[in-house]
Amino acid sequence: MDADDGAAVERARSGDSDAFRLLVERHSRNVFRLAFRMTGNEHDAEDVVQETFLRAFRRLDKYETRSSFGTWLFRIASNYSLDLLRSRKRREDKRERSLPEQPDILESMPAPNPGPDRVVYSGQVQGRVQAALDELTEQERTAFVLRHFEGLSIEEIGNVLGTGTNATKHSVFRAVQKLRRSLEPLVGAAK
Amino acid sequence: MNHATEEQLVLLYYGEAPEQAEIEQHLAGCEECRAGYRALQAVLNTVDSAPVPERGPEYGQAVWQRIEKRVPRRRGLRWTAWWIWAPALAALLVAAFLAGRFTRPATSDVASSGQVKERILLVAVGDHLDRSQMVLAELSNAPEGKGDIDISDERERAEELLEDNRLYRITASTSGEAGMASVLDDLERVLMEIAHSPSEISNDQLEDLQRDIRERGLLFKVRVLGTQVREQENKPILKASKNRL
Repeated sequence: MDADDGAAVERARSGDSDAFRLLVERHSRNVFRLAFRMTGNEHDAEDVVQETFLRAFRRLDKYETRSSFGTWLFRIASNYSLDLLRSRKRREDKRERSLPEQPDILESMPAPNPGPDRVVYSGQVQGRVQAALDELTEQERTAFVLRHFEGLSIEEIGNVLGTGTNATKHSVFRAVQKLRRSLEPLVGAAK
Repeated sequence: MNHATEEQLVLLYYGEAPEQAEIEQHLAGCEECRAGYRALQAVLNTVDSAPVPERGPEYGQAVWQRIEKRVPRRRGLRWTAWWIWAPALAALLVAAFLAGRFTRPATSDVASSGQVKERILLVAVGDHLDRSQMVLAELSNAPEGKGDIDISDERERAEELLEDNRLYRITASTSGEAGMASVLDDLERVLMEIAHSPSEISNDQLEDLQRDIRERGLLFKVRVLGTQVREQENKPILKASKNRL
């Protein structure tokens, strides 16, 4: 664990709220970035950031200093993001059942056939990337975001997900496979 | 070596392949695998093009300002920090009590220390149901707003209630208290839904929560169970131990 984090955690545990403030200030941007990658929208990401620190504070006594404080926060943030995604999905499912069928947004996107530069750098690609990430299972998405964007090792991701090395590797691999299937046509068109 | 598998290429990309050097050497001499690796790189580079909104260096301070009032003062795990361990202790005591209570017949007509404990512990379950009822009632009666509705307080309380509820439910279930277990099971599902909601929800989301509470008849069930527990609690101490909930 980062020595500065370790000292701040110890002080926060003994009641020093300034020490906890330091930890919040130090890690907020990283947690926001992860939360945004997980949830795909700013409003939810902000909610995840706040909730992550509140939960972290309440569970400070359960934090084991042998792992990095940042990774521990990622674990809380990932779990809460997943809760949020599940809850959002349940609500969307309910709403879909009560509404007449809507056209698929992806279907309504124009095919990627204009000039390659326009395609690769357009918002359409970003939309497709987001949609492809949304297609991943919770475990695949978490594993992929932590590996690809946050650079956590397979072992650290396993700690976050509570899975073994092989299962974690498979989650990353399956995520990449799915992303390839979704995005390769776009990338091919851009060449 | 044989051609690199897709999995090996993915692990190579992330620097996690155990046989990294061997695969790299193979790629150097194999156009087919090199093409596969380039295709993989192209896709993963495209994924990087999805932007994340920027947050400046002052962002951490802004987050702290938003949560500061919700961060309770800690004084370490001493007597003054009773709010940290009291609910959990109460839950454990109730669990221990219920487990023992239904495995031993109550034969003595003499007020024992066990009966006194029973009274105290019934109070804990009653309090749990009262606190749950308050959260449910607040959400059920929350008026629709023009924008999002702040339920952060209810959410926080639901989260705290969840752990105790789980313990009470499991204990009730293993003690053969099917009625109590069923109500606590329903309550747990709704508490979980509230605890996992965002701190601000839309009118539609509020309506979904209210419908869930209404359709389960949860407020009524929790109220009835709470009343039964209170009645049990108020019975003369000599008879109390003979009556099941």
